Amino acid sequence: MPISGCPMADRLSQNPHFQVTDLEAWYGESHVLHRVSFDIREGEVVTLLGRNGAGKSTTLKSIMGMIKRRQGSVRLREKELGRASSRAIARAGIAFCPEDRGIYSSLTVEENLMLPPVVASGGMSVAEIHTLFPNLAERRRSQGTRLSGGEQQMLAIGRILRTGARLLLLDEPTEGLAPVIVQQIGATIRQLKERGYTVLLVEQNFHFAASVADRHYVMDHGQVVDMIPGPEIADNMAKLSTYLGV
Amino acid sequence: MLIFGIPLQLLSTQILLGLINGAFYAILSLGLAIIFGLLNIVNFAHGAFYMMGAFGALLMLDHFAMNYWLALLVVPLTIGLLGCVIERLILRRIYDLDHLYGMILTFGMGLVIVGLFRNQYGATGLPYSMPAALQGGYNLGFMFLPASRAFVILASVAVCLVTWLVIEKTRLGSWLRAATEKPELTEAFGINVPLLITLTYGFGVALAGFAGVLAAPIYSVNPMMGSDLIIVVFAVVVIGGMGSISGAILTGFMLGLVEGVTKVFWPQASTTVIFVIMAIVLLIRPAGLFGKQA
Ligand SMILES: Nc1ncnc2c1ncn2[C@@H]1O[C@H](COP(=O)(O)OP(=O)(O)OP(=O)(O)O)[C@@H](O)[C@H]1O
Ligand SMILES: [Mg+2]
Repeated sequence: MPISGCPMADRLSQNPHFQVTDLEAWYGESHVLHRVSFDIREGEVVTLLGRNGAGKSTTLKSIMGMIKRRQGSVRLREKELGRASSRAIARAGIAFCPEDRGIYSSLTVEENLMLPPVVASGGMSVAEIHTLFPNLAERRRSQGTRLSGGEQQMLAIGRILRTGARLLLLDEPTEGLAPVIVQQIGATIRQLKERGYTVLLVEQNFHFAASVADRHYVMDHGQVVDMIPGPEIADNMAKLSTYLGV
Repeated sequence: MLIFGIPLQLLSTQILLGLINGAFYAILSLGLAIIFGLLNIVNFAHGAFYMMGAFGALLMLDHFAMNYWLALLVVPLTIGLLGCVIERLILRRIYDLDHLYGMILTFGMGLVIVGLFRNQYGATGLPYSMPAALQGGYNLGFMFLPASRAFVILASVAVCLVTWLVIEKTRLGSWLRAATEKPELTEAFGINVPLLITLTYGFGVALAGFAGVLAAPIYSVNPMMGSDLIIVVFAVVVIGGMGSISGAILTGFMLGLVEGVTKVFWPQASTTVIFVIMAIVLLIRPAGLFGKQA
């Protein structure tokens, strides 16, 4: 995979840090992922783009082991996780922020933040997360779902930063949010990149995707159909528009 | 002294009896609510575990001379362990099936357990001698309060309160609430949800066992004792709202009281009043008094 022209190239290791090979997934009898393959280098921010129903969320959920019927290989460093339970996958250092944000209504903001167990050292402290998202500190005693959409998204991202997981799967973190909040989330993702996190980001908004990511994988009909390096996105606008149906 | 033409002594005695029934309703419906919340199973074997608690106390006394206080600890623990084993070996197999299967399976389990005890011990009641510390009582001026009954109420309040605190205020409790609300996501955070489920079932039936030990000295111990009681407890759970922890506790005590008071004013209705309330609640608030309305 060419990485020349990418400003982060020197700091990225050459070996794939995370590799998905021939991932297949089914909901009941309906076969929705077909030989999905891609890889991510350590410290990279990579997006999965694609129109509604392309299989982006299913890809993240399959990586997390949350789809019962799945097949194929998922490797983090040297560790094969293709058949592991979702608990084991979390314990291996992959953290997931779901599309619906997954905020618990029966937990307070603070309990939501503290829920995911620490799986490795080096996670952010609660104080650091509160610096990143000051609203969460102010509203720590509120019921989780009483937060605004933007605050819930911050909580959903914030709580997986505590765990020490270094690979973050974020499913449409900007969906339905006001432009200022989208900017704040963009700034957060850039900060995470600076801190060396590896991020797999699902996005529909490719302007946003272009502003944060090193590379883009395009999905359609449950397959990865293209890979576009970040700097080349401007030259590929026409192609992208057809993929995304916009 | 008369209140609404009723002697105060009669009224307060019935209120006390009502509170005692309420104490049992509260512990039992609390266990059912916790189990239902996480397992989505209405544990129809609950009455059988309650009965086993009472027999456990009796057998421990007869065979090992274990006193009541130790039995209050050992018997629920043993029943809780048995519950964990049952969850692992039996209940776990049906989580992917319709909820109805859980009901049928636990109902069947309850029948088998009760049947085994009936074969062994017959259907007549066996006495459990009152521990010395619970004999006697206190004269409150307007009524006599037997120590054994006061203890049942105190023990029930304490157990319910501690359970509520653990679920609502501790980290373990937050895991339990999380696993109840979104099991898959909770598992994907690395929390051991299957283990939580096992422990929850164990704890829920341990509560039933605890109630059974409490019941041994004041009710007659017989294999059917749980089956009779549990029907009322199911009505309590329906009234309180399935899955609401504080709702189960409050409704338990409240309905015990309502029953007691009804016994004073209209004795014939006292055994049906809870079911009448259940019917009304189902019509007005189908999710129960404390349940989340859909
Ligand atoms: N729980 C489910 N049961 C059955 N089919 C599903 C389920 N979830 C998704 N699908 C189907 O699987 C396919 C992929 O869905 P997925 O949610 O992965 O798409 P997506 O790319 O995330 O879309 P979006 O951009 O709308 O979030 C779609 O055809 C969808 O209808
Ligand atoms: Mg999606």
